[in-house]
Amino acid sequence: MNEPVISVEGLEKTYGEGCGRCGECTGPDYNTNVCRYCGSVIALKDVSFELYQGEILGIVGESGSGKSTIVQCLYFDLEASSGLARLFPYDRGKANILTLPQSRKRYIRNHLMGMVYQNPLLGLKGYFTSGGNIAEKLLTADIYNYHNIRTRSARLLDRTEVDLEYMDRLCRTLSGGMQQRVQISKALANNPPLLLLDEITTGLDVSVQARVLDMIKTIQHELMISMIVVSHDLGVIRLLTNRTMVLKKGRIVEHGLTDQILEDPRDAYTQLLVHSML
Amino acid sequence: MSTHNDYNFAFIDENAKKEIRRSILKAICLPGHQVPFASRELPIARGWGTGGLQVTLAIIGPDDVLKVIDQGCDGSVNAVNLRDLIHRTTGVPTTFETAQASIIQTRHRIPELPLREDQIIVFQVPIPEPLHYVEPSIEKATAMHAEKDYARMWVSLYEDIVNYGSVTIGASYPVMVHENYIMAPSPIPKWDIAKLNMANCLHLFGAGREKRIYAVPPYTRVEPLQFEDKPFKKEDFSGHVCARCGAGDSFLDEIFDEASGGKYWVCSDTAYCDSRIQKEAAV
Repeated sequence: MNEPVISVEGLEKTYGEGCGRCGECTGPDYNTNVCRYCGSVIALKDVSFELYQGEILGIVGESGSGKSTIVQCLYFDLEASSGLARLFPYDRGKANILTLPQSRKRYIRNHLMGMVYQNPLLGLKGYFTSGGNIAEKLLTADIYNYHNIRTRSARLLDRTEVDLEYMDRLCRTLSGGMQQRVQISKALANNPPLLLLDEITTGLDVSVQARVLDMIKTIQHELMISMIVVSHDLGVIRLLTNRTMVLKKGRIVEHGLTDQILEDPRDAYTQLLVHSML
Repeated sequence: MSTHNDYNFAFIDENAKKEIRRSILKAICLPGHQVPFASRELPIARGWGTGGLQVTLAIIGPDDVLKVIDQGCDGSVNAVNLRDLIHRTTGVPTTFETAQASIIQTRHRIPELPLREDQIIVFQVPIPEPLHYVEPSIEKATAMHAEKDYARMWVSLYEDIVNYGSVTIGASYPVMVHENYIMAPSPIPKWDIAKLNMANCLHLFGAGREKRIYAVPPYTRVEPLQFEDKPFKKEDFSGHVCARCGAGDSFLDEIFDEASGGKYWVCSDTAYCDSRIQKEAAV
């Protein structure tokens, strides 16, 4: 647990021109993201954290607080405005992955990170079969043997409790819960050291939610993957994570052990969040 | 047949030819890479071979000998009219004999007779983008080529095997050129794919409607995409021979015989078929 997998320093994401005073007038203290001088939206500012091997980090916050923006910047879906992110399995953490060329970013996405989106059809191609979607990821790792692809896909689907009869069905014909499991299989296909989960249980019914969370926990125990879990649901955070960051208006307002944050929140906003839990 | 002297040599003006030649040179430097070019207006409609025609018109000189084929046949409508246009605006001699031609413009076939170093074959291409079927956006497909992000192309083959037991692509089977770019070899049958690999001649591909030129230079590796345990298979004509010349080693067309209600097979490459018949007659 003592070696970090990823370390992020001063991650920033701004929409708009930005001016010298954006930092002075936005954030939780002002309860706004919008700079009153130039109108830019400061989606993220001064976000720094480290994630260690086998650890699960939770990110909570209200809608629009920037929690998804963090993982999207790390997965290169969005381009970070500035910041330093070092991914230790890549070049032993020497490079800032946020400024790498596209081809290197693609390599990291395919080999060193897995992403699970809230909407499964963002991570999957609905017009391919479940097996085909997983094959896509395996093919990026230069596995060109049909038989190997089939057996590996089947094993991955089995791990996420997808019946093999669904392997050759088009993804768009599967139920939401099933799609989510296929998406998790795909994210795990190349055994990435880091898995990013963005609101994965939102939109699933409660019993399916519980089983998906259970499955994530089992997989994490088996593979010792490091994960970043984004959720607005404190139940998910409590169940899965070791450490938690609380985000508001693009800034971290509190950061610590999950138990501590949920039982003894320091920050006023976190207190509100914990108390408003159903 | 009279030649038109009112037009510039080879119909298109010299500046336009220069631009097309520049694209051709770039295409040769980057085997399999699609180079954009300003596709010109021609007296035939887009989609009827204007890409191949512009390439031919840009490279043809007075010393060339031209052969034009359409699905292997010198005599079908597309071939006859293109040959006519090129001949009338250049005055170059034309031929049916593959061995005598210096430029062969073709629609969807490569002649059976192996081509030589001093020959150029020009393909008419309807859809130059091999990723067209898996990525509708040209911008994204271009990025995929740049990053060699071909997993989705492979998945389409995988899905084909899942659904049908084998890859069902009949023509324009995707090929990997020089272990770098995936290329659409224009809708030539799978039979002809092997002829592209380490060939002696220069292959030029022109897509007029889509405004792209690409090339496979001589002695370039061209491999069909195939899984290690699902090898690429070309058309199987075992059990059939050409009804005219008796050839069992050429690409055959299946023909329905109205008189007898049965079927017979003939060589798709008519020049090859005719030369075999002549040789037989000479003996």
